[in-house]
Amino acid sequence: MKPAPFTYHRARTVAQVPELLADHGEDAKIIAGGQSLVPMMNFRLATPQHLVDIGRLRELSFLHTDDQGLHIGALVTHHLVETAPADVTGPGFDILRQAMGWVGHLPIRTRGTIGGSLAHGDSTAEWCLLAILFDAVIVAQGHQGRRRCIPAEELFLGFFATTLKPEEIVIEVVFPRHAHHAAITEFAQRRGDFATVAAAVTLDVGQGAVHGGRLVLGGVAGTPQRIPEVEALLAQGRAGDMNLFADCAEAAATAIDPPDDPNGSSDYRRRLTRHLVATACQEAMNR
Amino acid sequence: MNERYLITLTVNGDEHEVLVEGRYTLVDVLRHNLGLTGTHVGCEHGICGACTVLVDGAPVRACLIFAAQAEGYDIRTVESLAPQGQLNDLQRCFTAHHALQCGFCTPGFLMLAEGFLAGNPNPSREDVREVVSANLCRCTGYQTIVDAIAACAAGRREAAPATDTGSPPES
Amino acid sequence: MTAPSAGAREPTFTPSGAWIGASVPRREDPRLLTGRAKFVDDIHLPGMLHAQFVRATVASGVVADLDLSAVTAVPGVVAAYSGSDLDLTDIVAVLERPREEFIPTSMPVLARDVVRYVGEPLAIVIAENPYAAEDGIEAARVTYLPNTAVVSDWQALAPDAPLVHGYAGTNTLLDVSMFATEDIDEVFARADHVVRVRAKTGRQNALPLETRGVVAHWDDREEQLVLHTCTQVPHQVRTVASQCLRCDERAVRVIVPDMGGGFGQKCVVGREEIATAAASLQLRRPVKWIEDRKDALTASFLAREQRYDARAAFSDDGRILGLDVDIVCDMGAYSCYPFTVGIEPLMASAEMPGVYRVPAYRVRGRAVVTNKAPTAPYRGVSRPQYVMVMERLFERAARDIGLDPVEIRRRNLITVFPYTGVNDITYDPGSYLESLNLCQQVLTGEGWYDRRDHYAAQGRVLGIGYSCFSERTGYGSDAFAKRKMKVVPGYDIAEATMDTNGSVIVTTGTLSHGQSHETTMAQIVADQLGIDVDKVKISQGDTARITYGWGSFASRSIAIGGSSIDLAATKLGDKLLLIGAHLLETSPDDVELHNAGVRRIDDHNRWLPFSEIAEVAYLKAHLLPKEAEPGLRATASFDATGDGTFSNATHGAVVELHPGSGQVQILRYVCVEDCGVAINPQVVEGQARGGIAQGIAGVLFEEVTYDTNGEPSCASFMDYKVPTAMEMPDISVHHLETPSAFTRSGAKGVGEGGTIGAPAAILNAVNDALRDTGIELDDTPIAPETVQRALHHRMCAEVNL
Repeated sequence: MKPAPFTYHRARTVAQVPELLADHGEDAKIIAGGQSLVPMMNFRLATPQHLVDIGRLRELSFLHTDDQGLHIGALVTHHLVETAPADVTGPGFDILRQAMGWVGHLPIRTRGTIGGSLAHGDSTAEWCLLAILFDAVIVAQGHQGRRRCIPAEELFLGFFATTLKPEEIVIEVVFPRHAHHAAITEFAQRRGDFATVAAAVTLDVGQGAVHGGRLVLGGVAGTPQRIPEVEALLAQGRAGDMNLFADCAEAAATAIDPPDDPNGSSDYRRRLTRHLVATACQEAMNR
Repeated sequence: MNERYLITLTVNGDEHEVLVEGRYTLVDVLRHNLGLTGTHVGCEHGICGACTVLVDGAPVRACLIFAAQAEGYDIRTVESLAPQGQLNDLQRCFTAHHALQCGFCTPGFLMLAEGFLAGNPNPSREDVREVVSANLCRCTGYQTIVDAIAACAAGRREAAPATDTGSPPES
Repeated sequence: MTAPSAGAREPTFTPSGAWIGASVPRREDPRLLTGRAKFVDDIHLPGMLHAQFVRATVASGVVADLDLSAVTAVPGVVAAYSGSDLDLTDIVAVLERPREEFIPTSMPVLARDVVRYVGEPLAIVIAENPYAAEDGIEAARVTYLPNTAVVSDWQALAPDAPLVHGYAGTNTLLDVSMFATEDIDEVFARADHVVRVRAKTGRQNALPLETRGVVAHWDDREEQLVLHTCTQVPHQVRTVASQCLRCDERAVRVIVPDMGGGFGQKCVVGREEIATAAASLQLRRPVKWIEDRKDALTASFLAREQRYDARAAFSDDGRILGLDVDIVCDMGAYSCYPFTVGIEPLMASAEMPGVYRVPAYRVRGRAVVTNKAPTAPYRGVSRPQYVMVMERLFERAARDIGLDPVEIRRRNLITVFPYTGVNDITYDPGSYLESLNLCQQVLTGEGWYDRRDHYAAQGRVLGIGYSCFSERTGYGSDAFAKRKMKVVPGYDIAEATMDTNGSVIVTTGTLSHGQSHETTMAQIVADQLGIDVDKVKISQGDTARITYGWGSFASRSIAIGGSSIDLAATKLGDKLLLIGAHLLETSPDDVELHNAGVRRIDDHNRWLPFSEIAEVAYLKAHLLPKEAEPGLRATASFDATGDGTFSNATHGAVVELHPGSGQVQILRYVCVEDCGVAINPQVVEGQARGGIAQGIAGVLFEEVTYDTNGEPSCASFMDYKVPTAMEMPDISVHHLETPSAFTRSGAKGVGEGGTIGAPAAILNAVNDALRDTGIELDDTPIAPETVQRALHHRMCAEVNL
């Protein structure tokens, strides 16, 4: 379990990264925290011949809010978000802090980054769910400093596949909106594992009724899934109670076609989804 | 021959120049190049935590970081806890609570706990249990590890001035 | 010299002033806590090379071509050897049974023409560093002619099954009926109730956190091959290494450094150690092999995959009348040395009636070979499995008859000792009934029965379960001989030596690898000689220093090894008395050991410290009595006679099932154990808790599975789900003490009991929680999905009402 040989490049500037990546094409990979990449390299499931270390690019480690929303630099670690004071993230982003508790374990959270997590594109990763839940925008930089904004919903292509170009580096993630009524919940048989199924919910609540909202599920397909059927239910202005949430749970369970694997059959994931959606909705309502 | 790099690692306060391949993990370099064999290798994929060390005070998996990435950071290993051979309070709590049997996972748990307690001097028992769940132990069933870390936290709280419970302990 | 006052004695930890019974802080801890311990991978020798193995990628096939030519061209690679390059004798483990009962097979050190499981070593690659060794492996080219893989016991037993070992003529390498009560069919025919349990248990990895490994080098001066390796059985490794390498046994020395757990996986002789040794001899350079986690999960020794078809006959008043069992154990591809493929079926067959008075017993035990990684004994060996089956039989009978599940156990437990069972075993005294009563009393007193019923009204699903068991600890030569192994383990030899200033070193043939013997055995010696525990050093794990030993397994160390060191210390004490008496001008009958010295019984003021006696023994030999030779050394051996001694325990568990996820949460776990005299209560509790954790892991979390081609599906800790602190409950341990009459200290073994009892207690608790569903679970591990489906089944049933 030792990685194959590679050439190590330490990026000194952001601008240098796309050029290095372009020079070496498919053989090059960015390493940030390395918490997903290095295990794959140790198993030799990933064998990049060039590794571009962006760990020193302190300019990518920032957290601030402006009129566009909350900006999180690509190198911000899960642990930094988890421990960020509420006045830094701004109101309505408590769920980001709470979600970080589901990411692996402390020694993973101290190294793993938001940019790395999104670029890796695991369908159960908390950041992937949150990005879609909040219509986040991923800012990526390519050749000659050209930047483009990728809406989260356009980022994920399939299992561990994204629309990022090989030479692009994630600069930041912008969360344009927030939600006071939001929750994320998951089930894995063992603490810290990737979720068998994960559910993230926002609710627009006014005078005890739900006027809209969103559900994103992880672990039920190759990419995180929005469930339009549930959004339709949430938009009906019904009372935010068990009945509504049970209907949402049922609608979600019906809408999906989850995979079979050793962590659970398709049927099991469907039943798990039913349970987690109801739980997440109730938690979001209670916030 | 594969490319090699001369890097400088700061470990337990000492600087070491070491010639590495880019692919050498931090744990391998600590153990085999620097002879600091207290940090153990358990799985090389970031799950067991036997290789946990502190990087700038934060617990990290030394099997998931290449030595070249660690240049310029302050790395601390289990060898730093009892420099003169006198067990520190955490180590004493581990022995008092029988928190180790074969002891292979122990350095990882010690460094995990040091990193955790520095940021959370007032953990509940459940907080401790959760952080202990970051690493694997095959011998103890974990209960006594939780006991030891909780006892150490309580001891440090008592020792610290009442106004200063939020700061990390002196090391 | 006058005796110091009694008050000057070193402080001790028990009111009686004895070391035994005190939770003495562990001698092992300081080095382990500071990173100064030395494990195999911490050994670095000048010029050392690193080995890894080319391993089979198909589960069954003929090796048409093995081309290593590209391997040595890889930068950093020094050499690569196939089986034919090294020409080593195969490893063969044998039972002395007729061929209709047992068929011996051989395990080549490196596979030659045939591979039998994914991960089987084919060639060894030696390189300047571990990274280059892996580069080298990738350059090996192997061409296979694949065969159909046999991946399950039923596939192995099928009449037209492909053969794992063609020359054996069958996949059933062991088929033994150890017991068959003559009229058992009539017993079943006449019985009021017959219950049946068919159960399958999952394949597990013992999973020491330190993987296997070795550093081999040739010592020119000693003319010895030195193997530093983490094994539970150093002398057996020496024997096999010398056989495989065709050298004198004297020319092999095995040294065991600090060891990161074993749990049985390291109590058999592995192939990689031998191949590494051979490579070191070829190159005349030190070679290190450290198994990586992927190989440890897929290609190491596994355990526990068993299938039971068990029936039990009961009377109307809940008394068991007969037990009829068929056991099939899937042993993987090879017989391990020295235990053979018989290890699991023979253990289950011999011991299954357990703590109950079973009047009629018939058992058939079979070992089948499959194209999966081979097996070794794992903590508990078969007992976690058959205890589950026995306890399920009693629970099922209780339901059938309408009896309380605890009451039915009470009516059947052995209560009068010694008791000779239908399985021809004599059980020494234990607290079978008392431990059950106390365990139930604790759970009742804490209100768990009330809570279970109260929560049910709120829709919460709780269950309470028990398991009762005993465990033979300290198998002596007689007991092992009944298994008919060609090599018969059992005894232990200890050697106690006092040096010139009165401190003592004692060797043991057992091998602590986490069990704390450096502390507990020192306590035994300290009490025997009346010296401070710090004056005693236990020495183990070096074939050059220890005459012969069987290592540590089967909870034998304190029962047998502890008794032999006690005897050696006693003999050393006798010699001290002999010399002391002479120096104190009296006869040996008129002196006694006291306060690290010898004093006259008739005049307590005439006392000589051991240091002065030792000085005479070594440095002033002209002062010795005629009958005493110079030096202070005593050797003693101990063997458990007859059937040995049995520890026992009752475990009680309370679980809650979560309908949404099917998760089994353990709310409470109580262990009432009896290991006789507890040498060090804290260590005893640690063994119980750690054992229980492994039992819980087996019943709820861990399973090694294979696809239909024999490809293992658990190559990482993502797939092999070793539980963390969040999945483990706090465990309360209660101690009862029925001292053993067979061991010197009264202690019984304690290493395995926790693991034996936990699966049954949890399985019974889960079934208690499912009591309204009409579903009973007998197979393990219990997946959340299975629980969820069972609960879902109940909800559907309720809706239909």
